[in-house]
Amino acid sequence: MKAYLSVFRLRLTNGMQYRTAALAGVATQFFWGFIIIMVFEAFYSGAATELPISLKQLITYVWLQQAFLAFVMLWFRDNELFQLITTGNIAYELCRPSGIYGLWFAKLLAQRLASALLRCFPILLVALFLPEPYRMPLPLDPAAFLLFLSALLFGLLMIVSLSMLMYISVFVTLSPAGSLLMFGVIGEFLAGMVIPVPLMPEWLQRIVYVLPFRWTADFPFRVYSGHITKEEALIGIGIQLVWLFVLVAMGKMAMAKALRNVVVNGG
Amino acid sequence: MKLYGKYIAMLFKSQMQYRASFWLLTLGQFLVPFSVFAGLYFLFERFGQIRGWEFQEVALCFSIIHMSYALSECFARGFDSFSTLVGNGDFDRVLVRPRSTVLQVLGSKFEFSRVGKLAQSLFVLGWAISQLVMDWSMLKVLVLLFMIVSGVCIFTGIFILAATMCFWTVQGLEIANIFTDGGREMAQYPLNIYQKWVVRFFTFIIPFGCVNYLPLLYLLGKSTGNDLPYMLAPLAGIAFLVPCLLMWSHGVRHYRSTGS
Repeated sequence: MKAYLSVFRLRLTNGMQYRTAALAGVATQFFWGFIIIMVFEAFYSGAATELPISLKQLITYVWLQQAFLAFVMLWFRDNELFQLITTGNIAYELCRPSGIYGLWFAKLLAQRLASALLRCFPILLVALFLPEPYRMPLPLDPAAFLLFLSALLFGLLMIVSLSMLMYISVFVTLSPAGSLLMFGVIGEFLAGMVIPVPLMPEWLQRIVYVLPFRWTADFPFRVYSGHITKEEALIGIGIQLVWLFVLVAMGKMAMAKALRNVVVNGG
Repeated sequence: MKLYGKYIAMLFKSQMQYRASFWLLTLGQFLVPFSVFAGLYFLFERFGQIRGWEFQEVALCFSIIHMSYALSECFARGFDSFSTLVGNGDFDRVLVRPRSTVLQVLGSKFEFSRVGKLAQSLFVLGWAISQLVMDWSMLKVLVLLFMIVSGVCIFTGIFILAATMCFWTVQGLEIANIFTDGGREMAQYPLNIYQKWVVRFFTFIIPFGCVNYLPLLYLLGKSTGNDLPYMLAPLAGIAFLVPCLLMWSHGVRHYRSTGS
């Protein structure tokens, strides 16, 4: 456990170095957020029927999504790990006296955390003080905020375990780009990254609700905005935990199987 | 021009070496804008229209900007990844050759997998045109082609500007993504749904509005008064390339090698 912790800490400080890059990212995300909100504003202004989510809640959804992009993007690529697998340097990793699953998990987790920590505070801070149509409201009460935080945290753990599955698949395919791009695109769509889940048509929502992807992004954001009530949120967090357990178990099993068959082609 | 053809043939051969990976990547590239388009479709299914624009009209707008983006990503990829060329000193080699730097950098990379994106936007364009009831004339087809060319010029211009920055910063700047990715994202809807300041910026400074919004008004018969300015609006996109190229040649003169 201590080894994993130190890998985590190393990666975290490493990631925190890229402050200018983060600043550029913040600017991009602001622009993005504004554009998306304006589009929704235009859609809402002409809407005739009752909508399943209010514009204010939607704006919260968009800003949270921009602020915690590093937490919710499935496609957060670590070329180092890919190269380990494709160049055969994986052999070194296998020599280490700690489990490879835990090690990589800690690495990926720290990477996302560092990226999000650098970006989320400036975005949230500004979003809370923007002029009115764009302002992000505060959470309803402290309890909702706590629920949001824990949902976000478990969502983060879930997305790391999902992306672990993607990395493990590279053992089989050896060519990361194509298949992972597809997996990433579909997963992000189902997580509500392209359009928010409540605005999807009925039949698609039914599909989305049985898959794990929405628990990583859509669920915590809607807990914050109060679109999901506290009782539902508590149940939701339970479901998140079950998913997390299943995903980690699957990942460990797949990893063990992949490593048994791994062929290192020189180095 | 012949040289550029040779560059492309060479790169095509090298990328076809990894065939399975190439096709998967192409398919992936097809899916990226496709998921955005699916999102657009679902939104219109729920809302019906956006500030008086129908889905088919927005689809036309969407396909034009995505096609321009895919094309310029194909051709101008060399500028997009220019920071590596400067960073490891390879640009020195480009400078000693007796051909123009722009041509050589353009020819240094060509992403054939972007064909996937292109196919997707062609598909949307075809669909939108078949759905829209409008009387086509030779002139309108020309304007449509003109719009795409203009869009390619704008995106290429931004890529060149971002690459020019590398002469001073050495590192690539992510900030240019606001105008490439962000510009694409924004221009997939008609410009008039946005706030005034966005409209002004993207008409007069970076003329995305001239690529699809203004000429679309003419194509769809929504324009008022004289049609000519609407038809000629895409010229602004081509004109945008001029200051970018000037900046580039200014930057080349300031280039200081990093060594290798």
